[in-house]
Amino acid sequence: MIAIQTENLTKKYKEKVAVNSLDLLVDRGELFALLGVNGAGKTTAIKMLSCLIKPTKGDATVFGKSIISESFEVKEMINVSPQETAIAPNLTVRENLEFIAGIHGNDKKSAREKANQIISSFGLEEIAKDRAGILSGGWQRRLSIAMALISEPQLLFLDEPTLGLDVIARRELWNVIKKMKGKVTIILTTHYLEEAVHLSDRIGIIVKGELKETGTAEELMKKTCAKTFEDAFITISGEGDAII
Amino acid sequence: MKTMALATRNSKEILRDKLNLTFGLGFPVVLLLLLTAIQSNIPAEIFVIDQLTPGIAVFGLSFISLFSGMLIAKDRTSSLMLRLFTSPLTPGNFIFGYTIPLLPMAALQVGVCFSVAFFLGLTIDINIMLAIIVLIPAMVLFIGIGLLCGSVFTDRQVGGICGALLTNLSAWLSGTWFDLDLVGGTFRSVAELLPFVHAVDAGRAAISGEYAAIWPHLFWVIGYAVVVMVIAIIVFTGKMNSDNN
Repeated sequence: MIAIQTENLTKKYKEKVAVNSLDLLVDRGELFALLGVNGAGKTTAIKMLSCLIKPTKGDATVFGKSIISESFEVKEMINVSPQETAIAPNLTVRENLEFIAGIHGNDKKSAREKANQIISSFGLEEIAKDRAGILSGGWQRRLSIAMALISEPQLLFLDEPTLGLDVIARRELWNVIKKMKGKVTIILTTHYLEEAVHLSDRIGIIVKGELKETGTAEELMKKTCAKTFEDAFITISGEGDAII
Repeated sequence: MKTMALATRNSKEILRDKLNLTFGLGFPVVLLLLLTAIQSNIPAEIFVIDQLTPGIAVFGLSFISLFSGMLIAKDRTSSLMLRLFTSPLTPGNFIFGYTIPLLPMAALQVGVCFSVAFFLGLTIDINIMLAIIVLIPAMVLFIGIGLLCGSVFTDRQVGGICGALLTNLSAWLSGTWFDLDLVGGTFRSVAELLPFVHAVDAGRAAISGEYAAIWPHLFWVIGYAVVVMVIAIIVFTGKMNSDNN
């Protein structure tokens, strides 16, 4: 089944085209990585798909529901872990989780049960009673992703989930993300190419708002005759000349 | 359920900000104590407790605007708001989620004010309960001002506008510190066009048992509360949409 289908999805800010005629297909259960240099349009694409901003042109469906005309239904199926850690700093870890479960329509009992499950599966027991604002960056990021999962979304957007984390915290988060693979459809944006290669089923590369290539890491390397994925990325991004 | 989840979170955010809370609840009480002490040492009746208490209660409500405005302004610029906007919350969920927790807080603030006034000599009778009820539209008004300011301004600007401007307006133009007739002229005319003096006078009329005198003042406050709240809801909803486009 198709999780995401976009058609001519475009976003313009005055004269600047942030995303241009994006046509994309993502299957259910797939982990799709969206790569691109700064300002390529990754976050804008995610914001449109998560109904945060309206497209200037085109449309997209999430499990068959339009992001324009059925945004409420789409929002019931998705969750987002934004680029910056999105937590309520004065609430405890447990309260943050119960809060998100609550705004997704769970009653107190159900929210508590779901919080218990997610605390256990994310290994948050030791910090469950701590205020989120005093946690380390790694724990906050882990909590932020846990908050995105507590609503049991069918589609999860992970926008730069490991940005600014140390190597240990990053690897721990990779393990968390790998455990979700297959169960939830995930759209991942990242600047870490090895992260995309390691975690994703397919990769899409956006250049100046346009989706240039999609495929597995191996397919993209083969297509560009590159020895490494980094070389393939640079070739597709059209940045090769500038670097040489 | 969704509204209550947001309201619960907002309550906790406000109640756990100890500095704001202590200042918001404590400052009006300190003023009440101070002005009552001054009154006990001067022959003229300037700060009589049954006249002073509604004024201090209305002044204290300006801190509710500060709390709500700061919270909304901070939320607007935080990533948490991105998360909330991608959740199935309706504009109604947002508006009630932000206003519901503030009503009991406003009532608590007024209640604390009247409780302290009781220890300073205010006679507790049915009129006190009436005075608190009469102040409900003022509570809604100040919550609406907070919602409006939080929707339009940054948290630093809200600090200046609600923390300095509004507190001063509600103090100087409410007839709490001095009889407006002493200044008269334009000052009095401006004060009477604003809702603060009417909120105080409605409370004073309730305490003194002059029930017929409540309504003319209360209509002003209710009018302002309705208009400000409607504008706040329109601006809040519009601003939330435009912030993301």
